[in-house]
Amino acid sequence: MNSFDEFLAMGGYGFYVWTSYGIAFVVLLLNVVLPMMQRKQFLRELALKQKRAK
Amino acid sequence: MSTVILQTISLYMSIIPAPIVRFYHNTASPPYFYNLSNKLLPWLTVIFLLLLGYGLYGGLYLAPTDYQQGDSYRIIYVHVPAAWMSLFIYVIMAIAGAIALIWRMKIANVVLISSAPIGASFTFIALVTGSLWGKPMWGTWWVWDARLTSELILLFLYLGIISLYGAIEDKRTASKAVAILALVGVVNIPIIHYSVQWWNTLHQGPTVTKMDKPSIHLDMLVPLLVMATAFKLYYAIAMLQVAKIEILKREKNTQWVKQLVETADE
Repeated sequence: MNSFDEFLAMGGYGFYVWTSYGIAFVVLLLNVVLPMMQRKQFLRELALKQKRAK
Repeated sequence: MSTVILQTISLYMSIIPAPIVRFYHNTASPPYFYNLSNKLLPWLTVIFLLLLGYGLYGGLYLAPTDYQQGDSYRIIYVHVPAAWMSLFIYVIMAIAGAIALIWRMKIANVVLISSAPIGASFTFIALVTGSLWGKPMWGTWWVWDARLTSELILLFLYLGIISLYGAIEDKRTASKAVAILALVGVVNIPIIHYSVQWWNTLHQGPTVTKMDKPSIHLDMLVPLLVMATAFKLYYAIAMLQVAKIEILKREKNTQWVKQLVETADE
């Protein structure tokens, strides 16, 4: 437990290190998740249009 | 004059082996590219996650504490690969722009515009993590020196490409405009790279690319190279995800997209 606390503390630089990793993680995750959601939405709209056209 | 150039080009093209020509034509076709992306994505994701896992473990845990910078240097495992990617992606975009302009290859333009948000993200990450590293080490979040300023200009180039593409209604004109902007902006890339040598700066010089004698310990270097490879794979994954939606939007009135929608609907 003690060593895990030390790990999180990063020798006193915990705030800078973890904020860096956190921001990178969120930005990179959004870059993959947003286009996937966008594609699902777009395909749903196209399917609806095609049904109406029939 | 131009006919001579064209003849020379086609002469050189004729010695390219047939499978390569076929690959080029296949990849240039949007449905083929779409299906190829679907096949590649699971593999890319698995390799990416493995490399990321090892890179983080190596960088945050295995690598020793730096004798000068303490544990703050561990920001390097995000900062440097992100900064490399910000340059790498821009070069890819400029090459894609050239291909799109010269051979009018549609997919090259899709690659260009799909790369822009990812390049902008990596540039943003490089700037923010650099700032978070600069505060404890230099005592300041930001300085207007050559490296930081040229990297900030790169962010504006990426954002400029994205908004230029969004602002022009006719997407064919928009594609040409962003291809030209991407090519013109490429002059910034060597400026960023050499900025730490050309100008006096707070930013440290190259630690890794001094190939004869890298000034970094091997236990620190290996996770860095692993993370850099992981980020390259991430770029491929994210770019293909954006490219898929971009292709669907451009091709929404074609037969293959209609079929795709029908089969997905059942």
